[in-house]
Amino acid sequence: MTRWIACTALALAAIAVQAQSALTPPDELVKAVMLEVADIIAKDKDIQGGDRAKTIAMIEEKALPHFNFVGMTALAVGPSWQKATPEQKKRLMEEFRDLLVRTYASSLTVFREQNFDFRPLRMKPTDTDVTVLVRVLQPGSQPVNIEYDMEKTTRGWKVYDVRVAGISLVVNYRTEFANVVRDNGIDGLISTLAAKNKTLASASTSAATSTPAAAKK
Amino acid sequence: MLIACTLLAAAGCSTTATDPRDPFEGYNRAMQSFNDFADDAVLKPVSRGYKAVAPEPLRNMVRNFFANIEDLPIGLNNMLQGKFLDGWTDWMRFVFNTTFGVFGINDIASEMGLEKHNEDFGQTFGRWGLGDGPYFVMPLLGPKTVRDTAGWVFDFSVDPLSEIRPIAARNTAYTVRFISWRTDLLGASTMFEEAALDRYVFLRDAYLQRRRSLVYDGNPPRPPRPQELQE
Repeated sequence: MTRWIACTALALAAIAVQAQSALTPPDELVKAVMLEVADIIAKDKDIQGGDRAKTIAMIEEKALPHFNFVGMTALAVGPSWQKATPEQKKRLMEEFRDLLVRTYASSLTVFREQNFDFRPLRMKPTDTDVTVLVRVLQPGSQPVNIEYDMEKTTRGWKVYDVRVAGISLVVNYRTEFANVVRDNGIDGLISTLAAKNKTLASASTSAATSTPAAAKK
Repeated sequence: MLIACTLLAAAGCSTTATDPRDPFEGYNRAMQSFNDFADDAVLKPVSRGYKAVAPEPLRNMVRNFFANIEDLPIGLNNMLQGKFLDGWTDWMRFVFNTTFGVFGINDIASEMGLEKHNEDFGQTFGRWGLGDGPYFVMPLLGPKTVRDTAGWVFDFSVDPLSEIRPIAARNTAYTVRFISWRTDLLGASTMFEEAALDRYVFLRDAYLQRRRSLVYDGNPPRPPRPQELQE
């Protein structure tokens, strides 16, 4: 029995060590992902032309695995999060993720010239919660800061909040979400988010179907 | 008692005056609706027209031209905040961009490593310890706080463009600068419309977050993350 426990402990330790070494440092992870996304956009004519579905698919594949959406949703929903049932939490998380991905997709079209300045992160090996700073340099304007709040997990560093020019999307939703929950409860918030996503999805598909047709003419 | 009643009556005109940062919500929402109407009817069409007519290099020159002039009051505000090196940088930017950058149409100072800053009197007052005050939507100019509205009055009084004569030329300069600014925000405003559940609340909270960040030059003190919310 003791031997069995010892073996298990060893095996777990081995996995932990492996996971530890496999963790890409947060600043390098951000840099790699941002450059990859920028590179895809630079090469993909459809995405540049505003193909929302393709943009969203690209974000889901490249960026999404590095986000902790449960944590983001919990922060945005605030104290009511504790009162939600597991099913409600799951639904909230899914709808909020969809909304954020759509917002992210449309934000990619905002920056004029993307010239990134990746700031090296000074961190201690024991740190588990860090902020990675990337500055977007644009001639004639103050650089725009993009800050990623990241936490260390067994599955690698995960983003739990993003601030662009000092504005956190997660924090920005807090008042809105609190208002909806106060008036219509958590289920009200779920249905509000679902309705919002539906409107955005139908708007983007109608745009996507009309654009190629218009382009052919 | 009478004062309390008056205040209650004033608060009563707002629909849901629950946010302590926004006691004028009723007025603010009405003013934002008016601003949105003006934006949809005039500013957005004009900005789209400007974007369609003027090629990007020209729009960059126009933006840089006005941004260069703005470096003078930005430097003044940095000086007033005691950030003398930053203020000196702003004025050096003006010198280099006005001469080698040909009246500021090329931002060569940025290429030289002299970074542009974002300062105004609202931020200076904030730096001096003045709080935001209530949120306040200005006619046509949009989101402000009471402090930033006071700051704007000072910004306006030291605005180099206000010295331009004749008056018609000055007004043209104001208009072109405003359209250039609005055109740069076309993408952002679309994003806001898509992201928000209640656009008024979303815009207000974004403005307040942004200003707080600017007052602290991008490094506002952050409350610790609530432990119970972690995964």
